[in-house]
Amino acid sequence: MAEALLEVKDLSVHFPTDDGLVKAVDGVSFTLLEGETLGVVGESGSGKSVSFLTVMGLIRRKQAQIEGEILFRGQDLLTLPPDEMRNVRGAKISMIFQDPMTSLHPYYKVGDQIAEAVRTHQKVSKAEARDQAVEMLRRVGIPRPDERADQFPHEFSGGMRQRAMIAMALSLNPDLLIADEPTTALDVTVQAQILDLLDRLKQEFNAAVVIITHDLGVVAEHCDHIQVMYAGKIVEAGDRRDIYYNAQMPYTWGLLSSIPRLDETGERERLNPIRGLPPSLIFVPEGCAFHPRCPYVFDRCREEVPELLPSDGHHASRCHLPLADKERIFREEIMAKA
Amino acid sequence: MGRYLIRRTLFMILVLFVVSLITFIIFVKLPAADPARRAVGRQTTPENIEAARKAFGLDQPVYVQYGRFAKGLIPWPGLFLDEDVYYSYANFVPVKEEIFERLPVTITLALGAAVIWVLIGIPIGIISAVRRGSALDRGAMVFALMGVSAPVFWLGYLFLYIFWFKLGWAPPSGIPIGTTVLQAVFQGVFILPWIVLALAFAAFYARMVRGNLIESMGEDYIRTARAKGLSEKRVIYRHGLRAALTPVVTMFGLDLATLLGGAVITETVFNLPGIGQYAVQAIYNTDFPSVMGVTIFGAFFFAVANLLVDVAYAFLDPRVRYT
Repeated sequence: MAEALLEVKDLSVHFPTDDGLVKAVDGVSFTLLEGETLGVVGESGSGKSVSFLTVMGLIRRKQAQIEGEILFRGQDLLTLPPDEMRNVRGAKISMIFQDPMTSLHPYYKVGDQIAEAVRTHQKVSKAEARDQAVEMLRRVGIPRPDERADQFPHEFSGGMRQRAMIAMALSLNPDLLIADEPTTALDVTVQAQILDLLDRLKQEFNAAVVIITHDLGVVAEHCDHIQVMYAGKIVEAGDRRDIYYNAQMPYTWGLLSSIPRLDETGERERLNPIRGLPPSLIFVPEGCAFHPRCPYVFDRCREEVPELLPSDGHHASRCHLPLADKERIFREEIMAKA
Repeated sequence: MGRYLIRRTLFMILVLFVVSLITFIIFVKLPAADPARRAVGRQTTPENIEAARKAFGLDQPVYVQYGRFAKGLIPWPGLFLDEDVYYSYANFVPVKEEIFERLPVTITLALGAAVIWVLIGIPIGIISAVRRGSALDRGAMVFALMGVSAPVFWLGYLFLYIFWFKLGWAPPSGIPIGTTVLQAVFQGVFILPWIVLALAFAAFYARMVRGNLIESMGEDYIRTARAKGLSEKRVIYRHGLRAALTPVVTMFGLDLATLLGGAVITETVFNLPGIGQYAVQAIYNTDFPSVMGVTIFGAFFFAVANLLVDVAYAFLDPRVRYT
């Protein structure tokens, strides 16, 4: 049994604004084991990115009201002094972002940007740091890494830039890599390459990986666990199989139905979007936050916030529907269509 | 790069032609007073006026008249502002000579002010951006607003009144006769003009640096830099400022070039015999060869600075390429 690497306990991140308190993350708890891959799925504004920016210490107490605990190897990152947190960030936990076009500094050479990360955390000479940077570029599959290291980001294609970002993030052999929408800005063919690369490197570097995405299709093959977030809360969490073959929350069903598919005759089916818009995070709907958009809503949903209840050891969902109904609806309406 | 420079130089000459043509039309063809009559003075004969008209070539067709001036536009030692055409009849000396005699004053004024406004403006902008919303930031921006709003002539006379007339800390305006520019610098003649000229620019640069830095600190690559675990200092100075200062370099080159063509108001208020003061005198005297000369000189400076700034940009921003 693997050790717990990251334990998040009842994390809340609220931003005070002129319009009111934005409850971006509202009572999130989960555990990530060593070497595990976790997929975090949700629409824009579901709190998935904010949760992990907080784990990284990139959202600070000055900007937001942060409550709860973020235990990394048993140590609470939220109480760590900024200097010590900086030693964790980039070295023990690193992160890559959605848009590799804008995430690299346009004025510095790619190799120098990676070497800068190395030299921030290790006492090595410039030449050694550069050698490490070139080696990292090679390991993420960039051809002619020695020449590429001396090029600027605008000389790289989108996929190559994301590879360079991954090289930078893994250059200090972190225990945890957080990938925030790593493929959203890329071409479809490149998306698959990047995800395969992450899979391979995760083995090589023996790191745990969190993939944040809005697209359930992306994480299907690559994640051990998946948690679905909505309006700052986890609404369903489980193993990959639980989510794809036994989803128990209408929002997850909506996400599953909105993955585009071809049927056997090659005809394109109409896309099934989730109706309505994500809720305001200032005025979160009473009861279940999803109830205004839920096709299966009943009276209780409008009044009582559902708990995240486990249906078995590894699968939990936040929905008032009786388990038998969930299983029936999923089987008859969701799977039948898919 | 070579082709680029050739193209840009040709374009620069074209710009000088357009500038000179407009100046020619305004000051030679649409003058408030007949230059020939103005040149020979009040007590004169019609023959004298005719003679002056001939001497200036004013009896020639318009295109011949402009053609004489146009020759002096070519930036080549023998040709540029040639002394036969660009000859001041107010002082009876070549315009080129007048300009080069006054250039040290203007250069001293412009460079000194530039050092001051860079040393004041950029740090204020950085502090304001980093401590955005703090009392320090608000105070700095009030200073910036006042600096941008205060007219130079008003500020100049105010400073002269306080620091020379009332407190006696600064020397009076003007360079004493028989004093070289360098001696005048050590006598402190330039201190007030430097400060007055620099304040407006410092204010403007503070606002520009603040705005640029706030913008660049919101970029994705700043988040990447923080995610690497860099210290906040390094994030600001190495990553944020690097991007924020690039456009400032452009502005600086152009502002300095404009001032090298003559800081008209400052030179007038502080009675400094620079290019700007010369331009004003030339206009008052309807001394059209001087007006043409000084205008072309200023335009030339500006065009060259423009080219230098564009070339410098290629070194500052690796994405810029010249074709």
